[in-house]
Amino acid sequence: MRNPNEIVAEALAAIRASQDLPELEQVKIRFLGKQGALTELLKSLGGLSPDERKSAGARVNEAKQAVEAALKMRRDVLQEAELERRLKEEAIDVTLPGRGRGRGGLHPVTRTLERIEKLFGSMGFEVAHGPEIETDFYNFTALNIPEDHPARAMHDTFYLQDGSLLRTHTSPVQVHYMQEHKPPFRIIAPGRVYRCDSDVTHTPMFHQVEGLWVDETVSFADLKGVLADFMRRFFEQDDLKVRFRPSFFPFTEPSAEMDIGCVICGGEGCRVCSHTGWLEVLGCGMVHPNVFKHVNVDPEPYLGFAFGLGVERLAMLRYGVDDLRLFFENDLRFLAQFK
Amino acid sequence: MQFPESWLRTLVNPQLSTDELAHRLTMAGLEVEAVEAAAPPFASVVVAEVLAVEPHPDADRLRVCSVNVGEAEPLQIVCGAPNVAVGQKVPCARVGAKLPQMEIKQARVRGVESAGMLCGASEIGLEDKVDGLLVLPADAPVGADIRSYLLLDDKLITLKLTPNRADCLSLVGLAREVAAITGTKAYLPSQAPVMKDIYDTVEVDVSAKDACPRYLGRVIKGIDARAETPAWMAMRLERSGIRSISAPVDITNYVLLEMGQPMHAFDLARLRGGIEVRWAKPGEKLALLNEQVAELAADMLVVADGSGPLALAGIMGGAATAVQPETIDILLEAAYFSPEAIAGRARRLGLSTDSSHRFERGVDYAGTLMAMERATKLMLEICGGQPGAVIEETGKLPVREPIRLRIPRVARVLGMDLDDAKVRDYLQRLGLAVKEANEALLVTPPSYRFDLAIEEDLIEEIARLHGYDQIAPRAPRAAALMLPQDETRLEHARLRDYLCGRDYQEVITYSFVDPDWEVALSGGVTALMLQNPIASQMAAMRTTLWGGLLNALVHNLNRQQTRVRLFEMGRAYLQESNGLRQPMRLAGLCYGPAFDEQWGVAARMVDFYDAKGDIERLPGAVLEFVQATHPALHPGQTARLMLNGEAVGWLGTLHHRIAQKFDLPVAPILFELELDALGALNLPFHRSVGRFPSMRRDLAFLVDQDISASSLLATMREAAEPIVQDVEIFDLYQGQGVPAGQKSLAFRIVMQDTERTLTEPEVEAAVAKIAEAVTSRHGAKLRA
Repeated sequence: MRNPNEIVAEALAAIRASQDLPELEQVKIRFLGKQGALTELLKSLGGLSPDERKSAGARVNEAKQAVEAALKMRRDVLQEAELERRLKEEAIDVTLPGRGRGRGGLHPVTRTLERIEKLFGSMGFEVAHGPEIETDFYNFTALNIPEDHPARAMHDTFYLQDGSLLRTHTSPVQVHYMQEHKPPFRIIAPGRVYRCDSDVTHTPMFHQVEGLWVDETVSFADLKGVLADFMRRFFEQDDLKVRFRPSFFPFTEPSAEMDIGCVICGGEGCRVCSHTGWLEVLGCGMVHPNVFKHVNVDPEPYLGFAFGLGVERLAMLRYGVDDLRLFFENDLRFLAQFK
Repeated sequence: MQFPESWLRTLVNPQLSTDELAHRLTMAGLEVEAVEAAAPPFASVVVAEVLAVEPHPDADRLRVCSVNVGEAEPLQIVCGAPNVAVGQKVPCARVGAKLPQMEIKQARVRGVESAGMLCGASEIGLEDKVDGLLVLPADAPVGADIRSYLLLDDKLITLKLTPNRADCLSLVGLAREVAAITGTKAYLPSQAPVMKDIYDTVEVDVSAKDACPRYLGRVIKGIDARAETPAWMAMRLERSGIRSISAPVDITNYVLLEMGQPMHAFDLARLRGGIEVRWAKPGEKLALLNEQVAELAADMLVVADGSGPLALAGIMGGAATAVQPETIDILLEAAYFSPEAIAGRARRLGLSTDSSHRFERGVDYAGTLMAMERATKLMLEICGGQPGAVIEETGKLPVREPIRLRIPRVARVLGMDLDDAKVRDYLQRLGLAVKEANEALLVTPPSYRFDLAIEEDLIEEIARLHGYDQIAPRAPRAAALMLPQDETRLEHARLRDYLCGRDYQEVITYSFVDPDWEVALSGGVTALMLQNPIASQMAAMRTTLWGGLLNALVHNLNRQQTRVRLFEMGRAYLQESNGLRQPMRLAGLCYGPAFDEQWGVAARMVDFYDAKGDIERLPGAVLEFVQATHPALHPGQTARLMLNGEAVGWLGTLHHRIAQKFDLPVAPILFELELDALGALNLPFHRSVGRFPSMRRDLAFLVDQDISASSLLATMREAAEPIVQDVEIFDLYQGQGVPAGQKSLAFRIVMQDTERTLTEPEVEAAVAKIAEAVTSRHGAKLRA
């Protein structure tokens, strides 16, 4: 019988010498396989006396355990090395750009509209919509602007062949809404409006947001409160100065024009505010009783306030856009800045 | 409305600086648009009298003048002005004066000493009306500072008046307003009646009595129409933006500015008989003062004589009876035309006059006579002549009804308490008559206020005088109720965010488009046309959003972009048999490479299936795509989009013919969807996903090229046993091994039962049934 220690020594040397897992597997077969050296040795024990067999068997088993332990240790080492190598091989340049399509973005007017809707929504205003091709009744008459009223001259109206018109403001939505709903309610009505005017500071189409709150307790003081709150939240300036001046709109009485302290120069005076420190941002007022009468709302118990603001104007001030016309050229280099 | 501050200050003079006054006006609703200096800053210019004018020894064009500037010794000044003459009063810039364009020094001009400069108007920042020196009136005080003599420290104030404040379109009206808002006393001009010198009169017949409730006329004979307008009047007119024309015309304009009463003067010699105020007759024409010939309509009011219309009442006089330099006798007119009779007519004729502007908004019907007397007086003073008696035709003048004002209502509308005394004070300061009535006030507005008819009008006046900024803002109180949130409506914002995430940029394009392009893109729908478009290529209301998207594409391709992916949400405008429809649409466009140029993806152009993939994954709807044709789209690459059997949109490649029209080298992919249809969602309702394993079998068929994948799918779904959960296409193959004109389509069939594990035979049977249906119905061959 061969000395098991010799075989163990041989096996340990072979294990140590093995460089990868398949090689280690061969070593295992060589010593522990069906015809492996230690297996053969174990088989040869059959020819020994029972006593001899017992002691020799123990020695061979010891040898086998030693080899198995060495194999396991080596396997762990080789596996670890293999993993290391694989990880190293798989390393990539993570700074290369990612694959696939890019990302689009919202138009700045939409972005502004969403912001306005969210702010008023947080105060419980619902969003209402109305048609853009309107009748004379909804755009003018129901808003207390009779035929030949000088206020009509302020609206350069686009007319269609059949005498209908493109709404010049979002105020007609007030009328539609009040015809279909019973107060109390508070709504905003965002949308496109049209004036037959095109120059550096006018585009023939632009956006307004109309607001309307009708209830038994709303007042001019509430109107001031809501709009001042809105402007401060919109521009995220808690100390934004606001002021209200008397003005005239046929569909509100009392009427007011709202100014905010110039958000560009902080009220110091600049080109944007014509060096006045103030920016005219919206028109508003208490709903005129004649408007209520056109939609069968009783102006005795109910009071209402309404306002209309220009979306492009707010977008320009908020994002520093200095030319109104950019909004409708749709140049991707301009639009991409609002992603 | 522009006016000089100095004029206003003669009527009401609050202790406020110009800026303070402007601020008070603005905050009272009379927005000050501009405050400009009457002249630029300069100093040391005085009134001088030219004592002697001698030729310059060495220069033909220069003169050596001796001028008196109010000092012991006259000054010697060399002057080049052609109009210099002895005895003139002219502005003289002293040595050391800093004029807008130069500084005056002691100088030698061609060898002659000159101690200053005689000035023309432009040299002191005014407008030149003559070539040469500004000749001052003979009574100008020698030595006086020219700035104070010509009121050059004056400010020109421009107001942006709202249409309701017609009463502020005059200095008298403004003075009343300033007095009310500042609590200062106004000194308004009044005019005693001018006694008649002659008995001449003209017969006046007002047949349009409602339109002209009051008409005053007066004959003045023997005037000198060539008389010079006094400097003070010319200055006030000019600083109010009205050119001085001739004394008679200037006087009528002056009264208009001062009192707000438009006036007119006819050349009496050119009148044929008496005059009539009547509606125009169809076909009548009138040559106006501005040389325009107006075609009159039956709702236009005219002043006529036996020969026809002489003037467009309240708007503009006629050329034939205008006062000329030769005119000797005139008929002065001051009338009250009702706003309804004037409004809109001037605009229809393309006119806007100071007169129509006022009559449209309302002129004080109680001030007509005073204005007539004022104009007469000025005429006699400036042009001479003998006045006749005032001819008067008065019908039914407006009456101001008292308005009931409830003090608690004031508090309710404004959201603040105001005490009774204050309310009364504000109203009275504005010239409103206030009477006590049962728990309310009865308030009667004056004749010059056309904007006060109801309680709310008075509340605005009270708020205005109290100051809008004195009303404390308040956070409104309302029932704290949540807004409804309909979960079965898809929010537009979600669709927008989805498309942005898929690399589409939102655009907003005009609702009006080029009619030619619209015809090509609309697919036979006729666009509504604008009567008055801003430009001919913006005359058609869009029936599809594609025109705007293509426009934006072209704009960007012209600016070096090569890859463009756009979407827009907005309305289309459709004239349909049952009326106008303005549906919200969602449209998109893809053009150029499918991806931005990058290292990890092979470059290829975007195609139909890229866009289709984007649409298929839209939140909400599950759309069907049906092969179809659209005049604007490629006949072989067009799908009609269906939702629950209803057509809701289009997807396709732009027709090459139209792509050429837009100068596009490659045809973009376009899509458009009805947003309202897309917005309807189902509320999800859970069903069990099943615990038993699902089985998958794949089938591949060879079919003819022109058989659509969706038709095979439809057949398979129809033949599917209930255990079939899903049938999808996962591969398309053409090329080696597939005969020409055919294609191989591979399908995945997933089967499952929620109650048990499926057995092999039932799976095989279900698959066989599907395969049989496809082979028999579509002539397909099952591939091994």
